[in-house]
Amino acid sequence: MTDTHTPAPTTASASSEPPPKARPPKRKSMYPMWFYAPAGVIYTALFVVPTFASFYFSLTRWTIFDSEFIGLDNFRTFFSEPYLFDSLVNTIIYAVVTSAAKVVIGLLLAVFLSSQIIARGYLRSVIFFPTLVSAVGVGVTFSVLMDPFDGLINNLLAKVGIDGPGWITDPDMALLSVAAVDIWRGVGIATLIYIAGIVAIPQEYFEAARVDGANAFRNFWHITLPLMKPATATVIILSLIGGLRSFDLIWTMTKGGPGFSSDVLASVVYKQYQAGFYGLSTAGNVVLFLLVAAIVIPLFWFLNRKQVEQ
Amino acid sequence: MTFRNRRMAFPAMLAVSAIGLAACSSGGEEGPAASASGDTAEPVELSMLIDNGELTIGIAEALVAAYEEANPNVTIDIEQRPGGTEGDNVVKTRLQTGDMSDIFIYNAGSLFQALAPGQTLTPLDDIENYDAVSDTFKAGVTVDGAAYGVPAGTAMGGGVMYNIPLYEELGLEVPTTWDEFMSNNAAIAEAKPDVAPVVQTYGETWTSQLFVLADFGNVIAADPEWADKYTANEVKYADGPPAINGFQHLQDVADAGYLNEDFPTAGVPDGMRMVALGEGAHYPMLTFAFTELQNNTPDNVNDVGLFAMPGDSGESPLTSWLSSSFYIPASSEHADAAKDFLSWVATPEACDVQTEAVGAQGPYFVDGCTLPDEVPQMIADMLPYFDAGNTAPALEFLSPVKGPALENIMVEVGSGIRGAEDAAAYYDEDVKKQAQQLGLEGW
Repeated sequence: MTDTHTPAPTTASASSEPPPKARPPKRKSMYPMWFYAPAGVIYTALFVVPTFASFYFSLTRWTIFDSEFIGLDNFRTFFSEPYLFDSLVNTIIYAVVTSAAKVVIGLLLAVFLSSQIIARGYLRSVIFFPTLVSAVGVGVTFSVLMDPFDGLINNLLAKVGIDGPGWITDPDMALLSVAAVDIWRGVGIATLIYIAGIVAIPQEYFEAARVDGANAFRNFWHITLPLMKPATATVIILSLIGGLRSFDLIWTMTKGGPGFSSDVLASVVYKQYQAGFYGLSTAGNVVLFLLVAAIVIPLFWFLNRKQVEQ
Repeated sequence: MTFRNRRMAFPAMLAVSAIGLAACSSGGEEGPAASASGDTAEPVELSMLIDNGELTIGIAEALVAAYEEANPNVTIDIEQRPGGTEGDNVVKTRLQTGDMSDIFIYNAGSLFQALAPGQTLTPLDDIENYDAVSDTFKAGVTVDGAAYGVPAGTAMGGGVMYNIPLYEELGLEVPTTWDEFMSNNAAIAEAKPDVAPVVQTYGETWTSQLFVLADFGNVIAADPEWADKYTANEVKYADGPPAINGFQHLQDVADAGYLNEDFPTAGVPDGMRMVALGEGAHYPMLTFAFTELQNNTPDNVNDVGLFAMPGDSGESPLTSWLSSSFYIPASSEHADAAKDFLSWVATPEACDVQTEAVGAQGPYFVDGCTLPDEVPQMIADMLPYFDAGNTAPALEFLSPVKGPALENIMVEVGSGIRGAEDAAAYYDEDVKKQAQQLGLEGW
């Protein structure tokens, strides 16, 4: 976007205009640099030091009192033990499934909830409500609802003659059941972001499209969807990070079970910590950190680059 | 009891801090506490951390109430923590940060070893009544020649609980070998289609381990040196019988379709209910689950019997567990008062207080303690094993090597996700981490 002669056509591209070439000369700040010190100290003590300490401790065998340097053994264990490695795969499945579903469902709900319908405000609150409930509460509630023998869901299915599956006890389904609950709980945020994005689209486009004879679907496909790119990028990044780090819901619903079939990185890290393998557990955290960084940073760059090119 | 103590804790804390302030402002040497209370002995407030198992709560509250009555100057404030690995975590973290209560209850054996007792705990060899504690128990709480624990409760047995009326109705004999056990299961499955021959409760995953843990009596009967060799990394579960049998047995009953339908979600109370009411025939469990019977199905307490986990040859020893233990952390500021309490716990009087509160649960580890003549059926079935010396300690009291994932692996075996051999090999891999963490030789 280098064409600066015509008026900026969209808010998205306007905001990504490069600033004018001539920058104001650097002025000396009227406040001394020392003002950074309090925040800097807190940030260093609570974030930088523990982060780097964890890199060190991930290379040790760490008991209650002392630690022994063992090189990369913890990482070797982590990648050689089947269930530790499976948890890595599960983490990625979980993050991708929840993130994709939140994007699709969130967008559709947002389009629906920003059209002229009855009880719009009420429906918006209903969609957003699960986000306000604590994950542990949601997890406990759903593990009762999804109980294969006495749960409400399977009892209802039985009423209509369907033999409900073992939602959280069947090893093939457990992870996806938890993911479904995560989607139910998190889709409100995605919808909220999308509604904000839709409201920000100037009405002129829709008016112009109507003059050209576009129907609702073409409006959505050619106006709403392209102009929602920034909102989509935000939803993807947020839900992907959330999915990769997800712990509370999985722990309250299945504790990684049955067996290891719904273990994700965070639950494995917690289990290793509980077992007293502090070094191995820290190594797991480093793996998690690197995984999140390796997925999210390129993705962030990719999504934002697209936005600029628009 | 707990609540009463909790409620008292806050005012007491205020009072203590007020005393501290008063002492500061007056600058006097002597604190006003002793004179204020009117007692001859100085008031002491102890804190105690216990797990939230019903049996532990019952024992701890009864002991504390009796001790407080005899020693009005002492108040003991009970605090509960979760059990299982979450509880391990709480205990380790609080010990590590020096934030542990003056007294706490925790397992003996391998879990105790993992606390680094030499650094975190106070040795109790010097308390007055320590000689009365049995050597069996001391062995489970000793590190480098120093003993650290006083028994909280009684010995437990781990075996198979069974429904006696069902056995009588079908004319079955208590099995002494695994083959007899399986033919009993077949007979039950045939005669009673709605009765589950074997009950499993994976809603509480730890219960899945009983097939392996309670089978250890058979392992050590076949190879008395097995535990030492295991610690030295010379034998493995995957090496084959006798050690692998526990894994194989669970697979056998699962493959035969003998498990209760709701095994993935049922918990210990469900399991005990089933075996008490005859909805299930057999339930491998520890005898401490007896409290569930007392509380939930009091009319059927004597319908539940116990036999040792059957092995390949007859006369299987009953695998026995030490009770949990009282410990005093090295960080306690009231170690002397805490030791006085524990010294009293190691007396027959304290045993009677426990029997009074929770009933006869099994033989005590303190000399001079007796059980009432009338004991419930399950305990009566357990005592002959102890009297005849036909018991074997569980592996966790003979070897510090215990992997954290056994319960999940066994859930996989019982749910048909993984075969027995694969599971045993998997578990051998899992314990390696624990052995390395403890710095054992040969791993």
